[in-house]
Amino acid sequence: MTPRRRLRRAALTGAGLAVAALFVAPYVVMLLDALKPAAELRASPPRFLPRAWQPGNFLDVVRDPVFRSALRVSVTVALVSTLLAVAAAIPAAYHTARHRFRGRSAFLFLVLVTQMFSPTTLVVGLYREFFELGLVNTSAALILTNAAFNLAFAVWILRAFFASIPRELEEAAEVDGCSRLGALVRVVLPLARPAIVTAAIFAFIAAWNEYIVALTLMTDADTKPITVALTSYVTAYVQHWNLLFAASILAIVPVIVLFALIEPYLVSGLTAGSVK
Amino acid sequence: MYPAVELLRASVSRYSITGLYQGAVGGLNYRRLVEQDALPTVVANTLMWVIAVVGVTVVISLVLAQLLDASFPGRRVVRWAVIVPWAASLIITAKLFVWVYDYYFGALNHVLTALRLAEPVDWLGNDATVMGSMIAVGVFVSLPFTTYVLLAGLATIPGDVYEAARLDGASAWQTYRSVTLPLLGPALLVATVLNLIYVFNSFPIVWTLNDRNPGFGHDTMVTYMYKVAFKSALRDVGLAAAVGVLNLVLVLLAVVVYLRTVRWQDAQA
Repeated sequence: MTPRRRLRRAALTGAGLAVAALFVAPYVVMLLDALKPAAELRASPPRFLPRAWQPGNFLDVVRDPVFRSALRVSVTVALVSTLLAVAAAIPAAYHTARHRFRGRSAFLFLVLVTQMFSPTTLVVGLYREFFELGLVNTSAALILTNAAFNLAFAVWILRAFFASIPRELEEAAEVDGCSRLGALVRVVLPLARPAIVTAAIFAFIAAWNEYIVALTLMTDADTKPITVALTSYVTAYVQHWNLLFAASILAIVPVIVLFALIEPYLVSGLTAGSVK
Repeated sequence: MYPAVELLRASVSRYSITGLYQGAVGGLNYRRLVEQDALPTVVANTLMWVIAVVGVTVVISLVLAQLLDASFPGRRVVRWAVIVPWAASLIITAKLFVWVYDYYFGALNHVLTALRLAEPVDWLGNDATVMGSMIAVGVFVSLPFTTYVLLAGLATIPGDVYEAARLDGASAWQTYRSVTLPLLGPALLVATVLNLIYVFNSFPIVWTLNDRNPGFGHDTMVTYMYKVAFKSALRDVGLAAAVGVLNLVLVLLAVVVYLRTVRWQDAQA
């Protein structure tokens, strides 16, 4: 290795570490503050490291019934809506990838347009819809909304992947005596596993982090998911920043783990999705 | 699609404060919306918010994607770090920044005064700084996704075009301008359009960081809509639906204008 090259590597590593530090710094502040007793957050001048480490904050949060019910709601909503979205997306994506039918491009365009109707714009309409159905304050409302919103993205990713699987593989399976459905289940789905996992993790994360629909539809304390329940630690009346941060860390960690799992697929998945 | 239809229907209807449907009113909600004193401010805020966040995000992401595409020891860790703001829910990041920006106890003022760079600033309480502070957070949370889309774009560029450029004696900057950027076009397009839509509709950041300030002085369309529908004295679902429709029209308009400009540039080149 030439000295010039070595210098370049060192510079890149340095820049990379600086970038990493910049991105993580706010969350490190959060973690450190989550480990402080309440009084230390109000110390002046502020310190970054806790004077008295108080990991008990995390126990307080885990024991808090509000957090527990919120965790239950979040897990249920994220899991069920992900299952629904992926289960609906697989046939839709497979069909649009393998067959040309009237309105196919219109259908795909419509799927993209639904991305433009973000939940925020639709929240008024959604509220009225679920109000009329009597589903305000039920997990079902959140599950349906999240499944519907994540469906579009899942279809988009899966379609590109299905389209890239050679048709001959299925035909070979059919020659060997497989039914169409059998070929789909035994040949296509196993091959598409990375795409399905990616779509599912994206759907799960989106549902886990969803805020505005939950803020609007879930007004009872025991029906709120984590994102909404968290904010009750710091309001105009109570300011438990350390507990808020401890709860936030607990809410973020599973998502980071999921993301780390799909990181290798992230780049190829987005490439597939961006090429029509 | 039902909520979208319901949104349109609500925008031409009147509702009581408790949400009871009181019949159609035609264009009245739109006329009332135009008469709202806050509307020009809110629209101006929205445009500034969208243009600043998307513009800055794309520029920084181009640099970041280039860095993360190069190979160096520890790249994997850096890529993980960049994902963190994407993984954390927006509301958590927004709350965190309320604390970081805090006048008395926030880390930002602490760092600034420790380095003797500036006097403490009340970032979120001062009319002059609140918009800039929100934009900074908006950029921060938009960077990971944009960077990854661009990284995906870079991954599709075959290595031999770089080889060819090198043999032709192009400098690094020349290669970047005339080889990388044009080939990155499709990814850049996807990244910008998706960002445009997300940032237009972004709710939690402005909602949380602007929480303490009364009135609509720093609201964007979506937070304004939410306040009109559920929080302010107005409690007016019909009027809010009209805001929602206006917002949708603006998003579509922005996307179309952007696509047109890009096509136009393509035709020129």
